[in-house]
Amino acid sequence: MGFARKWQWFVLLLILGVLGPSVRVFAIPAFARKYNLRCSDCHEAWPKLNNFGQTFKDNGYQLMTGRDAPIYQQASYFPIMFRSMPLWHRESNNRVAVDIVPGNPAAGQAESRITTSGFDITGLDIWTAGTLYKNISFAVEPAISNSGTVFLLNYFVRFDNLLNSRWLNLKVGKFELDNLISEQRELTLSATGGFYQNYHFTPIGDRTSFGLGDNQLGAELMGHSINSYTRYSISVLNSNDGQLSSATNSYDLYADFSQGFEIPRLGLQRVGAYSYVGERPTFFDTSNGAPITGTGMGNRSFSRTGVYGLWYMGKFDLSTFYMHGQDNVFLGNGVRADQPMNLPPGAAGPTWNGGFVEAHYTYNPQLIFFGRGETVLMSRQANPAIRKDLGDVRVWTVGYRWYPIMSSRAGLAWHQEYAIGRTVGTAPLTGRDDVTNSFLMGFDFDF
Amino acid sequence: MIKGRSVALALLVTWLISSSLFSFAQESKIADLSGNAKAGKALYRRYCITCHGVHGDGAGENAPHVDPKPRDFTKATFKCRSTPSGDLPTDSDLYDTISRGIYNSAMPSWRPLTRQQRADLVAYIKTFSPRFHEEPPVASIVIPPEPPTSAESVKRGEALFQSLNCWSCHGKEGRANGPSALTLTDSKGYPILPFDFTKAPHFKCGETPRDVFKDLSTGLDGTPMPSFADSMKPDQIWDVVHYIQTFAESDRSFFHRAKSEGKLQ
Repeated sequence: MGFARKWQWFVLLLILGVLGPSVRVFAIPAFARKYNLRCSDCHEAWPKLNNFGQTFKDNGYQLMTGRDAPIYQQASYFPIMFRSMPLWHRESNNRVAVDIVPGNPAAGQAESRITTSGFDITGLDIWTAGTLYKNISFAVEPAISNSGTVFLLNYFVRFDNLLNSRWLNLKVGKFELDNLISEQRELTLSATGGFYQNYHFTPIGDRTSFGLGDNQLGAELMGHSINSYTRYSISVLNSNDGQLSSATNSYDLYADFSQGFEIPRLGLQRVGAYSYVGERPTFFDTSNGAPITGTGMGNRSFSRTGVYGLWYMGKFDLSTFYMHGQDNVFLGNGVRADQPMNLPPGAAGPTWNGGFVEAHYTYNPQLIFFGRGETVLMSRQANPAIRKDLGDVRVWTVGYRWYPIMSSRAGLAWHQEYAIGRTVGTAPLTGRDDVTNSFLMGFDFDF
Repeated sequence: MIKGRSVALALLVTWLISSSLFSFAQESKIADLSGNAKAGKALYRRYCITCHGVHGDGAGENAPHVDPKPRDFTKATFKCRSTPSGDLPTDSDLYDTISRGIYNSAMPSWRPLTRQQRADLVAYIKTFSPRFHEEPPVASIVIPPEPPTSAESVKRGEALFQSLNCWSCHGKEGRANGPSALTLTDSKGYPILPFDFTKAPHFKCGETPRDVFKDLSTGLDGTPMPSFADSMKPDQIWDVVHYIQTFAESDRSFFHRAKSEGKLQ
């Protein structure tokens, strides 16, 4: 196998492994088994929560029927769930740098379309969660990627209804931010459309490591009304994007507030606002040249702020999301804060705006159609010499999920999805737009 | 010709009557809300079907695993009512039960659903029994204002609790351990336990003193708990309400609240 061929395999693995379809977590038959409820009680179509499921989650995975503590379960009951998805997918990227002469990079490179297809699996999620006692909840979720890497996605304990008030719930550990439009419960799964671009966007050249959709380490105080129409949460989080064994010397803050209201015949509507304010170091103390964990210095700030809405019109609903992002000039340019002389002339903190509209048509609890249009547009580059729209992203995704099996014990979904995305100016050689598209179909099941 | 008109008229009248009955059965009225059974059907199939079953007979796929058993809507026998024993519940009674849930059972509170959705569910649940369109609606009982909780009232309630043999099921200390407790069955023959008053305020049909008054007055149909409307006067029922509250261990019970607020000496 020549070098070029290996390089192509590397690209393929990159597409399949790094950007490949990722399993999402939050559809938990362990709860369905515990309470004898079907998936559709808590999910519009799993894994997308409805308000009953949201309230259940806000109550600390309790129905508040007086039987939530594990002592009321049969001794043989163990709150565990597995989820995986065997699938077939096709991935295409129109501008991959490929050696002109395979195996001979010295002969130069050209951009070429790489298209791959084949069977795969998403990996495996093992999720155990529930109650340790009345009003004490927990979750532990090790996940195995399709390349065999094991990592901890969730790991927390939560003290519910402190002082006998549903407005005081304290969660400590690693957990998903309180995003009402949850990336971990989203319906899309493909490499191109399987995540919210806004939740992970950073400008080209920016060194801020943060994703609004990434699980974070810290403590969350949240509260909600009896039906979760009114909700708030405030979190204090490590400034390291949820990396375990990676202490930091600063903390980030995240806050979310939302309010639901009813419109007769249309259903429950919800509007909310959120803000994440954090810091990231621009350099570290080093040992033999390697950064020493937890010694970050020259911290500089960034923020992600926006609003969202969940709009129901009978069987049709829209999720709308807006974000304004900004990073400090040193983060945006990847320059140490103690070396301002290295900033390019006219450097500024990058700012951008993004958002998406995601539509769902829930024909019935066992069939849902979805589509999403998403965009991120730079409004100011960190380096004024960079073209203004470099890194702008647009992604469109459509698909459906059919659930032939749905019970209080397990679920099976047939999933088909197509997504196409364009990133402005990121083609590796020509600087033209990079276009990827994904088609995915498979059997998503959990039990 | 006249015969043909008569037949047509008869058909029209039949259609009008049946359609009016149909529409009656398909709707619910809860305060300013009008529930629609068609909308309720979709909700029922999403949220209720696994326990209460596709035919509303309480034979859903989870019914064998649930205790107490899901309500059989085809019988139109409901525990939590504001109407006299044996009568149909009001739409508001059904709405309140859906909203509140049944504590210490598999039935959760469905308050996370919108008010309209709950009203629609009421409309659909009523379609499972012909009684809802065969029988006229029944008015709720009148609950007189609660007299002040007092030591005398509690003492009178205790005497009634003894003389009416409440203790034989609920136990002398209200712990659901009376001599008859383990022999009780519901109207379908399933074993059923009396309510443990120490668990108050989590009564099955509501937590307020008025709810408990209502339980004593109307009874819980389908269970061995009878109506005491004929054997006690309203002020006596209030006395019993006050007495059974003294069993509550939770300081959230209104008895303990009354005591802490100095209303009960």
